[in-house]
Amino acid sequence: MVEVNLWSGLRPLADGKEVVEVQADTVGALLDALVEKHPGLQEAIDAGVSVAVDGRIIASAQDEPIAPDSEVFLMQRLKGG
Amino acid sequence: MALDDQKGSFKFIGTRPDRPDGLDKVTGRARFGADAHASGMLHAAILRSPHAHARILNIDTSKAEAARGVKAIVTRADFTQSLQPAPGMKGENWNILENVMAGDTALYDGHAIAAVAATSALAAKDALKLIEVEYEPLPHVTDVDKAMQPDAPVIREGVAAGTVPDGMHPNVAGYHESGHGDVEAGFAEADLVIEDHFVTEATHQGYIEPHACLAQLGADGKGELWCCTQGHWNVQKVCAALLDLETSQLRVTASEIGGGFGGKTAVFIEPVALALSRKASRPVKLVMSRAEVFRATGPTSSTSMDVKIGMKKDGTITAAQGVFRLQGGAFPGAPADMTAMCAFAPYALKNVHQIGYDVMTNRPKQAAYRAPGSPMAAFAVESVIDELCNQLGLDPIDTRLRNASHEGTKASYGPRFQRIGLVETLEAAKAHPHYTAPLKPGQGRGISCGFWFNHGGETSVSLALSEDGTVQLAVGTPDIGGSRASIALMAAEVLGVPYDNIRVIIADTASLGYNEISHGSRVTYASGLATIKAAEDAVKKLCARAAAKWGIPEDAVKWEDGCAVPSGPNAGEFPPMPIAEITRKMGATGGPICGHYEATPEGAGVSFATHIVDAEVDPETGKTSVVRYTVVQDAGKAIHPTYVEGQFQGGAAQGIGWALNEEYIYGEDGRLQNPLFLDYRIPVASDLPMIDTVIVEVPNPGHPYGVRGVGETSICPPLAAIANAVSAAAGVRLRQLPMSPPRILEALEEQTRDG
Repeated sequence: MVEVNLWSGLRPLADGKEVVEVQADTVGALLDALVEKHPGLQEAIDAGVSVAVDGRIIASAQDEPIAPDSEVFLMQRLKGG
Repeated sequence: MALDDQKGSFKFIGTRPDRPDGLDKVTGRARFGADAHASGMLHAAILRSPHAHARILNIDTSKAEAARGVKAIVTRADFTQSLQPAPGMKGENWNILENVMAGDTALYDGHAIAAVAATSALAAKDALKLIEVEYEPLPHVTDVDKAMQPDAPVIREGVAAGTVPDGMHPNVAGYHESGHGDVEAGFAEADLVIEDHFVTEATHQGYIEPHACLAQLGADGKGELWCCTQGHWNVQKVCAALLDLETSQLRVTASEIGGGFGGKTAVFIEPVALALSRKASRPVKLVMSRAEVFRATGPTSSTSMDVKIGMKKDGTITAAQGVFRLQGGAFPGAPADMTAMCAFAPYALKNVHQIGYDVMTNRPKQAAYRAPGSPMAAFAVESVIDELCNQLGLDPIDTRLRNASHEGTKASYGPRFQRIGLVETLEAAKAHPHYTAPLKPGQGRGISCGFWFNHGGETSVSLALSEDGTVQLAVGTPDIGGSRASIALMAAEVLGVPYDNIRVIIADTASLGYNEISHGSRVTYASGLATIKAAEDAVKKLCARAAAKWGIPEDAVKWEDGCAVPSGPNAGEFPPMPIAEITRKMGATGGPICGHYEATPEGAGVSFATHIVDAEVDPETGKTSVVRYTVVQDAGKAIHPTYVEGQFQGGAAQGIGWALNEEYIYGEDGRLQNPLFLDYRIPVASDLPMIDTVIVEVPNPGHPYGVRGVGETSICPPLAAIANAVSAAAGVRLRQLPMSPPRILEALEEQTRDG
């Protein structure tokens, strides 16, 4: 299982949790699993998120691998200038 | 993508060859957005709302249609009817359409209402006066704090994202909250806690070239578009959605670009020109005036911010919290999340908490401006840190070093940092002669750090070798900061051919796979990485041709200094085979040799900077002069150092304007009062000192040569560094930008009055 740290503003959409455990070995599988567990997260994920895996911020690539002991944070996706 | 073969020594990288577009730019040969012409071309003009907020009851175009020279008029009815609004950012294409051409309501002064195409620009403008629009003015709001109050007029119901807490005003479109630890416990540990309120006004990116395009769209749904943009694949995608086109049937070519800075990541006039062209069956050219650029294209958000920081006597920060309210115009999307996430990123904090509000007002849709959101956050946070240092008698750089984030630090926004270079920028700033140079009476010195994420994004690069061994290289990221030079240098490094033998072009949308916009300081990182990989792909093919010629295995050949050579003594003895020898015969040895790479690189390294500013304030007039400025920034690896220095200086120069003079001024009627450079004052050369630069190089582990983006971080520290310098010079804390002469005089008078 992978522990996914949400940003605090997502708590109300994830049954009050800030850390959610899911079974996933890639970024794409992780996002799918999050929505399956907490459908309220769908809108925020659709609006654009990045996933930080051990400090690397993954903005798009859903095939990026995740290990069970990876440090994972969900982040809002960057729009730069 | 794992990069375990990062290169450390270079032949071409780090040199400073002439820019490839230099002759074109100085001779006027470069073709910008407005330089395009087509046979039978019409000229277009857009009618814009004079009201900040008004219901559109009726639009009568009959008189204008009958006017001499008028060939087509479009209103919202001429765009897709299939898009629907949705909460938050899910309905972004609808938001763009609503901004490109108003629906039933004009949402800000300058909002497009209708457009005309005629045989001359003058005829089009004259026809605008014949369009009769019946408005019902509605209450308006342009201030971020007022827009959040219970009695504020509602811009649009149902916009709020699901993350917005219950009970907020409908104008609050987005909400971000993050952090860790216990800030209240942290504040209790502090020897000094300072809480303060800061305000910044909206500023414009101020690019010299106004938006311009030439569009042709036939009844068969096939189109051609030439436009100045930071991302033509995005323009293609958005225009297709707004006009019910098949994406691949619209070919978009990016012109040369006279500045973007984030403001040309958005789409404004291109769908309008295409709609007019479709209706008139003629090519249509549309060029914005400067007033239109100010009234209807992206300024930054304005902000209202509260920051509270606790510090021990030794300079250790015990807790930090911030509330950042950003107005983003009449649409969701103000970068409140990025503002909050960047605010405290330079510091290793046990207790930190940040909240961001994305708030709608009756203003134009905000657009990115170099590291959107981060400069404002730094202004508030670094001002409070400066005040804490002043009151505790601490050195500002030593204090920042004591708290600085480094590899392994848990960032204020959550994850742990990989290898970063903040400490190195602080140490370089401390060692710079500027930091210890004596100040004259009336002068003050300010320090600030700044942070930006940087980005990778979808990228596609292709290169083709010519028979003479020279190289044609196609990238899809418009060159907004000198990328053609850095791309050529990276290709030269891999291929071992001279820089001048490589021609880099920005390909159109039909010539490469999708390329994300030139934003997020991504081009030298992502297109550069793709160029290196594409060149390596070509090298592999070159080696294969040599191997076939020599009759040895392909893996027995390697590439050195532009030649195929045997990889070792066991491979046999053959003289080096130069690239031109291989390419001259390539048609007969297997066909043309090209290299490709398509990917979404995900290793853009975050970046930090530290700025030192000396400012002088005239207490009689309130006029401020920046007398010395030094930028220290981590570039990871500077591919073309002159361009890197230019990015550092450009960020500082724009920051000086933002800090001292630039602001959107709205009247009580909600109309923009200063939509020209005459009244909206950007810095000119005589306003600026020589801006000194120090390039720090802490390699980014996510790029083969260590590149970090440099285009945006340079605008993160200036607002705060200048505010700290001006506050020191004036002897009073400045909490509102711009620090224009009237505001400085007001602050000085208030200080005198309060004793």
